[in-house]
Amino acid sequence: MLTKRIIACLDVDAGRVVKGIQFTNLRDAGDPVELARTHAENGADEIVLLDISAAKQQRSTLLDTVARTAKELFIPFTVGGGIRSLPEAASVFSAGADKISINSAALADPSLITRIADRFGSQAVVIAIDAKRRARAADDRPCCEGPCCDRAWFAFTHGGRTPTGRNAIEWALEAESRGAGEILLTSMDRDGTAAGFDCDLTRAVADSVRIPVIASGGAGDARHFVEVFRTGHADAALAASIFHYGLHSLVDLKRQLSAEGIPMRLPC
Amino acid sequence: MTNPIAILDYGAGNLVSVKKALDWLGFESVITSDPAEVRRSRKIILPGVGHFAATTALTRSGLQSEITAAISRGTPFLGICVGMQWMFNGSDESPETRGLGLFAGSCSRFPAHVKSPHVGWNRLEISSSSRLFRGVPSTSFVYFTHSYYAPINGSTSAACDYAGPFSAAVERDHVFGVQFHPEKSGAVGLRLLRNFCQL
Repeated sequence: MLTKRIIACLDVDAGRVVKGIQFTNLRDAGDPVELARTHAENGADEIVLLDISAAKQQRSTLLDTVARTAKELFIPFTVGGGIRSLPEAASVFSAGADKISINSAALADPSLITRIADRFGSQAVVIAIDAKRRARAADDRPCCEGPCCDRAWFAFTHGGRTPTGRNAIEWALEAESRGAGEILLTSMDRDGTAAGFDCDLTRAVADSVRIPVIASGGAGDARHFVEVFRTGHADAALAASIFHYGLHSLVDLKRQLSAEGIPMRLPC
Repeated sequence: MTNPIAILDYGAGNLVSVKKALDWLGFESVITSDPAEVRRSRKIILPGVGHFAATTALTRSGLQSEITAAISRGTPFLGICVGMQWMFNGSDESPETRGLGLFAGSCSRFPAHVKSPHVGWNRLEISSSSRLFRGVPSTSFVYFTHSYYAPINGSTSAACDYAGPFSAAVERDHVFGVQFHPEKSGAVGLRLLRNFCQL
């Protein structure tokens, strides 16, 4: 049986992992190379590295970080943050990423999805959707005039600062039809709250598309992961800070989920 | 001094991760599309990402005849993902593209009632006689990402289940195929690549 994936996310600023790291056994807690390796050893099924650098001109720093991280990582490795073009994606793949995650650039030019998928395969293209639930605004582009869009999840870009007016479910369907291989779905309502994943949002998207959906935003404890797999129909769940703070050893989390009947890769 | 292992580049996808795994294991390899390089190599890996039709580049570039000749000389050969599917008769993904026909059957798309592609870690049922899986626990997990699958046949060395059983690996003499990505399957995948490199 296909297992549900637990994905560890590293938020990287100028080559350093941010969000407060409290592993005690690391020589350099801010080093993405060492953190990625530690997560992999502890049972992470996949690593996502998101570049959140304010200074986007430092692409060489990111590529160096990706190359150093990828060198010792033999599980799937996704890189996202500020990738705007096919050449930029190609350079990230050359540095050792298996998949790239794009958000703003794909919303600005959805044909970018197809161009990257044609060159590197759909399996290499993850579309990140930052979704927030709110009432319809005047300049939105809803999928319909029906009640489903009166109070719906809409996609945002630029770290959640810029509304796009795109219905998140409709955008996920378009991304799939243009060649995306997976959806990385972040609930902006839950991100950073540790109050649990947004299972309604996750299920709405996961039941609409045929490609896998990775739930993100709100992970606080093992129960939240059980809910998002069972109720939210997620194929994978991503978290950053709960692993970094050491609240959960990854392998302990996977054992708990397995005991709840969620299929997990164990032993890792 | 032995020649490096040839990782075939036929213009489809990303070959860095296979090379990276061999580097880490300490085996010299070269990413190449040069038929002469293939002729010299002591082992050949055909990574595969992307579309079955991309394998037509192997025919156009003259690599296919080098591969066929190398296999008949006894050179160990490993096809990964689409590289494995190519060793079957063909695939519904591109009915006009012919495979090598080294393994019986043709590749089909996963049925509509399951998510596709099949992405993630799934469990293998490994045949104990496999040389490629020597030392690998018989129910190990490996990482898959594919929308088409190869049928079970007499050469299946590892089966997997997703909407029914399919060939996760095939093996006959010195010819091997794996549907999953050993370069992305942690310690299990590295062991398998080491086994191949040490044949």
